[in-house]
Amino acid sequence: MTNDPTSSWTPVDANTSTQHERDDATHAEQAQEGRPYEVRIATKGLFGELISDRTGFIAAVFLVVVLVIAFAAPWIAPYGPVEGNPSTARISPIWDGGTWAHVFGTDAQGYDVLSRLMWGSRTTLLIGVVVVLVAGIFGVVVGLISGYRGGRTDRWLMRWVDMQVAFPGLLIALIMIAVIGASIKSLIFVLAFNAWMVFARMTRGVVLSAKENPYVEAAEIVGCRPRRVMFLHILPNLTSSLATLAVLEFARIILAEATLSFLGLGLQFPDVSLGLMASAGREAFFSLPRLAVIPGVFLTLIVLAVNFLSSWLRVATDPVEREKRHATSAKGITDKDAAKRARQAKRAARLNEATS
Amino acid sequence: MGRYLGQRLFQGIIVVFGVTVLVFVITRLVGDPVNFILPLSASEEQRVRLRADLGFDESILRQFIDFIAGAIRLDFGDSTLFRNQDAFDTVMNFLPKTLQLVAGGMAIALVVSIPLGALAATRPGTMLDKVLITVSLAGLATPQFFLAQLLLFFTSVRFQIVQFGDGPWTHLIVPSIAMALPAIGRLTMVVRSAMIDELNSQYVKAAKAKGVARRRVVLVHAWRNASIPFVTLFGWETIRALAGFTLVIEAVFDWPGLGDLAITAIKERDFFLIQAIVFVVAIMVVVINIGIDVVYKLIDPRVKLS
Repeated sequence: MTNDPTSSWTPVDANTSTQHERDDATHAEQAQEGRPYEVRIATKGLFGELISDRTGFIAAVFLVVVLVIAFAAPWIAPYGPVEGNPSTARISPIWDGGTWAHVFGTDAQGYDVLSRLMWGSRTTLLIGVVVVLVAGIFGVVVGLISGYRGGRTDRWLMRWVDMQVAFPGLLIALIMIAVIGASIKSLIFVLAFNAWMVFARMTRGVVLSAKENPYVEAAEIVGCRPRRVMFLHILPNLTSSLATLAVLEFARIILAEATLSFLGLGLQFPDVSLGLMASAGREAFFSLPRLAVIPGVFLTLIVLAVNFLSSWLRVATDPVEREKRHATSAKGITDKDAAKRARQAKRAARLNEATS
Repeated sequence: MGRYLGQRLFQGIIVVFGVTVLVFVITRLVGDPVNFILPLSASEEQRVRLRADLGFDESILRQFIDFIAGAIRLDFGDSTLFRNQDAFDTVMNFLPKTLQLVAGGMAIALVVSIPLGALAATRPGTMLDKVLITVSLAGLATPQFFLAQLLLFFTSVRFQIVQFGDGPWTHLIVPSIAMALPAIGRLTMVVRSAMIDELNSQYVKAAKAKGVARRRVVLVHAWRNASIPFVTLFGWETIRALAGFTLVIEAVFDWPGLGDLAITAIKERDFFLIQAIVFVVAIMVVVINIGIDVVYKLIDPRVKLS
């Protein structure tokens, strides 16, 4: 008998087996009852949903392409981010009489726009991901402690959160950057400093309701340490809402980075990000609008795609949202809708079967 | 209500205090401010003199007490950027321009978002609804400075609708629109979803059933309830505009307001001015927050302030 939850489980006869075999069987059963089926059905539904949600699907494909480009920029970008000189300046893009050597043309310094787009999206995505990770981890830990401990700890931590939420972060962020100096590291720190509160608030809310569950009480009674209860028993409840929030925050943060760079207190030469490109075109905006428009539109498309992805994620992972979505689509009942609902009913039945 | 407002006021004072202290900590503890103010070539003697002039040679606790005592009397010291001008007075000189901009932007947002949201809510799923949602989403996904620059480009360069230096009011229009755009996007969506919720409720059905005119049902019955979330978000948008977006819009349009002043002060490391700006902005944020609560109570008598 094995504990591998993916292996098929055969019931063990109480009369013919020894105690440890029965124990193993119970283990395997429990393991099957919990994760694998759920995960398999959930992920199956997830991707099915993704393909049927057309905007979500297109957004996901677009983001994957951008991710690959950003990751592979050092190998696939035709030029370096600051490679060029005045002799190559202001070359027209391909649709305006340019050559394939510079598809999107070059800017006033002679740098290739396409290459800078690739390098720039690398920085932009990197900053977004790292900030979400840092802010998310810090916020979740604060929220867990605040919600689980309660009492005075909770009051003080939430007062801190309230205070930071009450005052919009842009001004504070600018002051901090001016004092500690502009670099990718300080940018990440400052953006994370102004972004962790949402995570803390949301986590605290979920913890407060999850804390009431019998399994948490059981874990406490058998003597689990608070840390174990928080991270092992309560944290999994957050998966769905945390994923959605993280994706949305990612979009907000790359916009914030762009704003800081525009105000001259974000990334500095020779670093390049999409936001910096969209704003570096400011001087040239009236002579060479494409220098700002191309990166600006590209950045907008990324943010838009991230938003679509998050709305798909919300529908796919949150049962309440799901119901809403399908209830509105089933208003005028068509054959298609009926078929869809039949499929869903079947899926739900299967889920029931698997878990009961 | 009086007791509640007192409580909120107390919380507000804590916020103002917290933010000012945060800025004090950032600007005084992280580095020696004198190094930021004087050029690198300044002699040690000059540094010592300036340090003594500005009170930076005292202990940090002493400085902090002086700072708080000054802040209570609205005395933040003299701006180092505008020589020998009181920092607080300088802020007050620049404030009206920003208030004009924010008021203009918020007025436009108010006038545009309510009808658009209501229109979309009464026709859910139609072409109009879909177009509005898509435009709002796209607008919110665009960096604000980029949107403002596009607006500036199209109105002043491409089509020359607005000439700069036209007069005291016409030059306010384009920056105000730029200020209003993100607020319009978000508020329209809020009005839409709140209205859809209300229009599907029992009391609206009852009103319709007894033959109340459709216009009245939407404008009087549904809107009154839908306006509750709207008020909260409108207040939030005003705060965002005042403490955030105005920095961007003023930079794009070279608008001589508080945001522009803040950027200059930060870049020139004029710490006294920065502190005065943050203090004034924090007070306005708190006042707006309390204002939201009052309006809340006026709209919805069910709300018990506690």
